[in-house]
Amino acid sequence: MTVALDQPAATTVAKPARRRRFSLGAVAPYLQSAPLALILGAFLLLPIIMIVVVSFWDYDFAAMYPDFLTTNYSDVLGSWVTWKTYLNTIKFAVIVWALTLFIGFWVAYFLAFHIRTTAMQMVLFLVCTVPFLTSNIIRMISWIPVLGRNGLINSTLVHMGLVPKPIEWLLYSEFAVVLAMVHLYTLFMVTPIFNTLMRIDRSLFEAARDAGASGWQVLRNVVIPLAKPGMAIGTIFVVTLVMADFSTVQVMSGGQSASVALMMKNQMSLLQYPAAAANAVVLLVLVLLMVAGILRIVDIRKEL
Amino acid sequence: MSKAAEIDIVSVSKVYGTTTAVEAISLKIPAGTYCCLLGPSGCGKTSTLRMIAGHESISSGDVRLGNTVVTDLPPAKRGTAMMFQSYALFPHLDLIDNVAFSLKMKGVGKEERRAKALDMLKLMQMEAYAARRPAQLSGGQQQRVALARALITDPEALLLDEPLSALDPFLKIRMRAELKKLQTSLGITFVHVTHSQEEAMALADLIVVMNDGRIEQAAHPRTVFERPATAFVARFMGDHNVVAGRVTGSRDGMVVFDVPGGASLAASGQGREVGEPIDIAIRTDHVRIGEPPAKGLGFTGIVANVEYRGSTVKLSVNGAGIEDFTVIVDDTDFFAKPVAVSDAVPIAWDAEDAIVLGRLDS
Repeated sequence: MTVALDQPAATTVAKPARRRRFSLGAVAPYLQSAPLALILGAFLLLPIIMIVVVSFWDYDFAAMYPDFLTTNYSDVLGSWVTWKTYLNTIKFAVIVWALTLFIGFWVAYFLAFHIRTTAMQMVLFLVCTVPFLTSNIIRMISWIPVLGRNGLINSTLVHMGLVPKPIEWLLYSEFAVVLAMVHLYTLFMVTPIFNTLMRIDRSLFEAARDAGASGWQVLRNVVIPLAKPGMAIGTIFVVTLVMADFSTVQVMSGGQSASVALMMKNQMSLLQYPAAAANAVVLLVLVLLMVAGILRIVDIRKEL
Repeated sequence: MSKAAEIDIVSVSKVYGTTTAVEAISLKIPAGTYCCLLGPSGCGKTSTLRMIAGHESISSGDVRLGNTVVTDLPPAKRGTAMMFQSYALFPHLDLIDNVAFSLKMKGVGKEERRAKALDMLKLMQMEAYAARRPAQLSGGQQQRVALARALITDPEALLLDEPLSALDPFLKIRMRAELKKLQTSLGITFVHVTHSQEEAMALADLIVVMNDGRIEQAAHPRTVFERPATAFVARFMGDHNVVAGRVTGSRDGMVVFDVPGGASLAASGQGREVGEPIDIAIRTDHVRIGEPPAKGLGFTGIVANVEYRGSTVKLSVNGAGIEDFTVIVDDTDFFAKPVAVSDAVPIAWDAEDAIVLGRLDS
């Protein structure tokens, strides 16, 4: 915008300025992209480069020594604890993905097709986002009085005489981790799917019905294929969030379950930064591979 | 593929909440007819079509297709196929799968349905594009695919919702000819919704002019144009001057009436009670200028506007209480005796060109 305004001014001021104006025009695109490039460079690219560099350094209990060692990687990939932790994290990711996809799709379906007025759709959509007005930690911690040994559910069940003593696996278990993650991340699935469903031309459903499709066939042959880009975007959100999660796993499993990010946090609290960095690089590569896999299966370009 | 069905609509109404979109219309469309539902937007023509198709529930009345009452049947069980306004092709499927969609829903095997779909695309001369997606096609090509998809169910009647409205003017005329050819070769009943009287005249065997949820006239295009039933039809079809007045008597088998604040005119038609309101229609191209009119069959007015249109010249004339009376004159006749704006000219027409228009009972 400023460039467009500058140009006529330059022509009217003086003819000799022509050359300078031309060069300004040539660098203008670079100037315009500079702010974003600087921000991404300083806060995304630079830290990643530093992590990669540090992951090759040497360390002991007190300090890090610039070096080029691959022992950090051989330690990460050679230990069965790491493999078990990675498998555990992937297990959480798969379970949470499947549940959020199922719940998210039906919530989005209900919002998009069963709520008739746009005003009501917006109201209900905002209701979905209300939990996000509080922080992750508070939403997570608020499960404790519900699921705890003397919590809402257990005391109700015991009171009604349905169970003789409180159920132990409700809190501080993998069940609790999955429950909290589904609660935290379902909205990330609802939003993109809702967005794609709203863009489907309603006359397609009539065309399908005209061709004799039953409700189930319309869902399978029209709605789900057209919702795939939204599902893919939601999947990327949920998978990357679960793979990088440490607080939910720590709080909800009561320290009985591990995740890759939690392992890194522990390494950092022991000042083993290079080991944590190597772990981070491995996790980054793994997540990027997963995202690449999703993008290969579903073409999300038309959604962006 | 030549099993056409007669469509019989018996006092069908459509009510949305408190508004009535279609008000107890009755219509018989003979088998193998090209029928056009014509009217301005909001006249109920699309609702009528959607009720025949089964995409809209019928509030009261019945629709019969051939020998079956289809009022409560789902769309696919009616023997009709619908072509949607924006074609509604499935964007995620290639052309073959789009055309084969209804066969897939019926559970026809993959090889068989794809072969049939390819045959149908061949009929529409679209087989070269079989592996493409709808987004890669032009409007006219999309329309052919939509036709192929509708016809693969072997319908007894094809219902088209403003099929040409998405096309540019030249393509519109070409696809219009293709539709007519297709209907003639298939011999099935076509019901085509449009708001263009030109399109309806070019295509239809039966024009149904609708207004305000009711049928104003249902007849052959020539009848609709030459003997419009109501003032609405005369105005909507165009090329007619509609003059309103009050009946004062009758003379020589013609109705005589007064235009408010102006002339006394006559028109051929049924006798009316004295004092009743009356509308008459006069063809714009059957009016002569510069000729003293016979009693009641013309007036003298002031030329308000002259438009040259090539083969014809269009004059707007005011006078005798009639505003904006349109006269279309042949160019040679006009330039033999030209008139200019604000000239006073006598206008005349023949007795058989002044038609008394009916009124719908409300």
